[in-house]
Amino acid sequence: MFVARSIAADHKDLIHDVSYDFHGRRMATCSSDQSMKVWDKGGNAEWNCTASWKTHSGSVWRVTWAHPEFGQVLASCSFDRTAIVWEEIVGESNDKQRGQSHWIKRTTLVDSRTSVTDVKFAPKHMGLMLTTCSADGVVRIYEAPDVMNLSQWSLQHEISSKLSCSCISWNPSSSRAHAPMIAVGSDDSNVTYGGKVQIYEYNEVTRKYAKAETLMTVTDAVHDIAFAPNLGRSFHVLAIATKDVRIFKLVPLRKDSSSSAPTKFEVQVLAQFDSHNSQVWRVSWNITSTLLASSGDDGCVRLWKANYMDNWKCTGILKGDGSPVSGQPGALSGILGSATAQIIAQKH
Amino acid sequence: MEEVDVEPSTTLIPSAGFHRKHLGFEWGPGDLLVYETNYKLQGSPFVHIVRRDEDICSPILRKLFNESHLIFVGLQKIKEDIPSKNKKSQFVSISKNYRSVIRACMEELQQNAGKRSHDTHHVSILLAIELIWNLCEVLFIDTAPAGSLLLHLLDWVRLHKSDVDARAREVLQSDSPAQHQSYWDVVISLVLQGRTDEARQVLSKQASLREESSSVFKSMDGLLQTMPIFNPTGTQTLTEFEVKWRHWHEECDRCLQENTFASNRHLETICKILVGDEDTLLEQKELLSTWYHFLVTRLLFTHPTIKPPDLHYYAQSSMNMFLGPRASPEPLDIILLSAFEFDLHQVIKDCSIALNNWWFVAHLTDLLDHCKLLQSHNLHFGSNLREFLVLEYASGLFTHHSLWQLAVDYFDHCPEFGRVYLELQIERVPLDTERKAIKVLRICEDRQMSEQVRSICKIMAKRALRNNRLGSALSWSIRAKDAAFATLISERFLQDYSNKGSFTDLDLLDNLGPAMLLSDRLTFLGKYREFHRLYGEKRFSEAARLLLSLMTAKIAPRSLWMTLLTDALPLLEQKEVIFSVDQTYELMSCLEELNSGTKDSNLTDQDEDIESTKTELLRLALARNLTMAIVKEGTIET
Repeated sequence: MFVARSIAADHKDLIHDVSYDFHGRRMATCSSDQSMKVWDKGGNAEWNCTASWKTHSGSVWRVTWAHPEFGQVLASCSFDRTAIVWEEIVGESNDKQRGQSHWIKRTTLVDSRTSVTDVKFAPKHMGLMLTTCSADGVVRIYEAPDVMNLSQWSLQHEISSKLSCSCISWNPSSSRAHAPMIAVGSDDSNVTYGGKVQIYEYNEVTRKYAKAETLMTVTDAVHDIAFAPNLGRSFHVLAIATKDVRIFKLVPLRKDSSSSAPTKFEVQVLAQFDSHNSQVWRVSWNITSTLLASSGDDGCVRLWKANYMDNWKCTGILKGDGSPVSGQPGALSGILGSATAQIIAQKH
Repeated sequence: MEEVDVEPSTTLIPSAGFHRKHLGFEWGPGDLLVYETNYKLQGSPFVHIVRRDEDICSPILRKLFNESHLIFVGLQKIKEDIPSKNKKSQFVSISKNYRSVIRACMEELQQNAGKRSHDTHHVSILLAIELIWNLCEVLFIDTAPAGSLLLHLLDWVRLHKSDVDARAREVLQSDSPAQHQSYWDVVISLVLQGRTDEARQVLSKQASLREESSSVFKSMDGLLQTMPIFNPTGTQTLTEFEVKWRHWHEECDRCLQENTFASNRHLETICKILVGDEDTLLEQKELLSTWYHFLVTRLLFTHPTIKPPDLHYYAQSSMNMFLGPRASPEPLDIILLSAFEFDLHQVIKDCSIALNNWWFVAHLTDLLDHCKLLQSHNLHFGSNLREFLVLEYASGLFTHHSLWQLAVDYFDHCPEFGRVYLELQIERVPLDTERKAIKVLRICEDRQMSEQVRSICKIMAKRALRNNRLGSALSWSIRAKDAAFATLISERFLQDYSNKGSFTDLDLLDNLGPAMLLSDRLTFLGKYREFHRLYGEKRFSEAARLLLSLMTAKIAPRSLWMTLLTDALPLLEQKEVIFSVDQTYELMSCLEELNSGTKDSNLTDQDEDIESTKTELLRLALARNLTMAIVKEGTIET
């Protein structure tokens, strides 16, 4: 039911993260080879590498695009304890002809004392804000007050989560009914420390982020976390990659808007899947939050979907066919999917 | 209600998983980026893009999507207040429209068959879809009562077993039809489909040959001719028909008992068929080719007045008898059986699982929902089911570079989640060209999606600014109602002006209209341009008035006052007095105000010299003008 195509990414080492831009026409990859590459989708649906450059002095863990309202902006974070903001410069005409573009470093955020494990932009309605989390458990929220000047960022909030952080996720809801909310996951493997997912909420009265909820039932290391797109619902849905895939529903309990205390939530488990039968490393929602994808130690990507009765089921599995990488870098091999699970290979 | 647990299908990605590492991934528009990595440590240099193998890409199928979209929209517009009898005929005709679109698509694909192996696969899927849809139309939408029901089912079978006509033609057109090897097959096939007149016609070819057996043929002809066919529009009631049919059936039986057709085994077979002998019918498996043909034929010759609720019993037993103990039913068979059992929900569910694309279930369920059928079957989530399926289908369309526009209408007709789905997905449509952006914008504006409008305009403005297309950036900012950005771009315009001495994008600046008021700087820019225009048209007094108002009304930023005053110089040095006394006083006070402000410490000595020279020149010009103005105003015209 799926068709696959391959692109030779040409990184010299492990790829840690890929990120599509907002419109799905550009892609950024980052790697242990300390570099990043940007790819553009051509008119014929071919991907061309339009930039490749060394970015950090350590493995680059994550890369993420800012919303196109802010221009062509990327952020990366690395083992070298920094997070960097990059902006694309409109190149000279001969560069454009060669299909190359340049990215320049706008700012380096050096506040972290340990490896920076995740970097994410906040939802655009909050302005141009960047968030990082580090292995020493600190979550930092930066803001660029002048969106035309990306070299000026101020550290607005520092949240000490006390546990080594591995991932963060902003609640994408722009509804006025919800205060800005960020979930932080910890990969601390000591189960006695309890809740490895913490949820912080911004309070208008105190002008600070305060912890609203800790998911105490998540006791194992958390590797990835993702809020689902909101769809106008009154509650929030959060997916977690830990020793299994878990989907939580957070229902805000009514509170006085002039209160300086964070919102209280009723926490329910919508689904829990251990089909990977191993550690789950990534979870991510599609645009309409109708599909959740997860990836695990079993080398598979699984797709999860709720039917109209809100029952969650696995609707697809992707895994490698175990064949070695073909000798030709950049060669494309087309595969036809059919109604059955068998794949018939066809060379173009 | 039990959920059928279907195992999820597994897709293998080539050249991945060699080192048994992890698979990383990222969602894209309609596809998934997958790469080998290792979250614990160590990857392959390959990135794989995985996409649902949906049939969106075939150009012929795209026609199907386009045309069914029109039918869908038309269906949504049917008013609620039409009486139900008229509505039913409308729904039936809509159902027929859908089916004709499917057929047209199928025929086109068949013509192209052989060029792409994908197409033959699609043809067989479309055939199945049309078969199922047709049956659903007969059973659920047209809801024929007993009597008519069988006639409709006969039509259904005849439509989907078209090879009989071809063979009949072949036989009749041959030199001696009666000797043709398919002759008897054709006769029997026609009888099995209840086409007695045509069967008689073919039989007559035989009869004319052998005189001695003509009486036998005459008897068969008689039986076939007198077979009663229910006429729904006639005056005969169902009971009357039933009586007549029983008499005829007994007549056929009598012929069998009396061995009337013993001399010709073919005619004997046909007589047994007419009597509805199950074993004989089953012997015709090859000619029937499907169990549902067997079902309908069986009913034709045993229970022509079958009532809808009784259908399922015969359906199940027919399928079992036809397939036999060893063969297991295909998904298509199960779906048809569920239809015969009037289990709509099961039909929809099984079709959703079996098919690669939501097109069929979405449109069919939508039509059935309009017929109020999902409620009547006690599916309280009925309309939720319809919306769920339509949303799925439309979301799939959205990833296509041109079909996404069709999806918009589908979302419009999903009352609960349609709007929010549209908001989320329309933002992601790549804005490759200005035209496409405007198309997207119009859709958002029509639906008062103001945040999306603002966002799209902002993205376009930012892109234009990056590429130094100031005019485009400005018009997008105005459309986005983004005052801050408009200010920024106006500053750039002014910067350009002071660098080059002229304005770009004059058309835009001259026709700003009320949009000028978006930001102070923009207002200034527009008015300043107007000043230059007036000057160019030699309307000096108007230009003068405007220039002065720019400073006194504080529209102009202080930083530009010197420029404005310098612009006033040529007006001051005209032979004719343009600035009045009062206006000159105002200009003078502006100049003094400017000079009394703190000096800019960044100015070099050279710059300071230039500034003070300018000031001197202005003071002189202003003083001269004042003199002339006082004289002019003091003079009495005689």
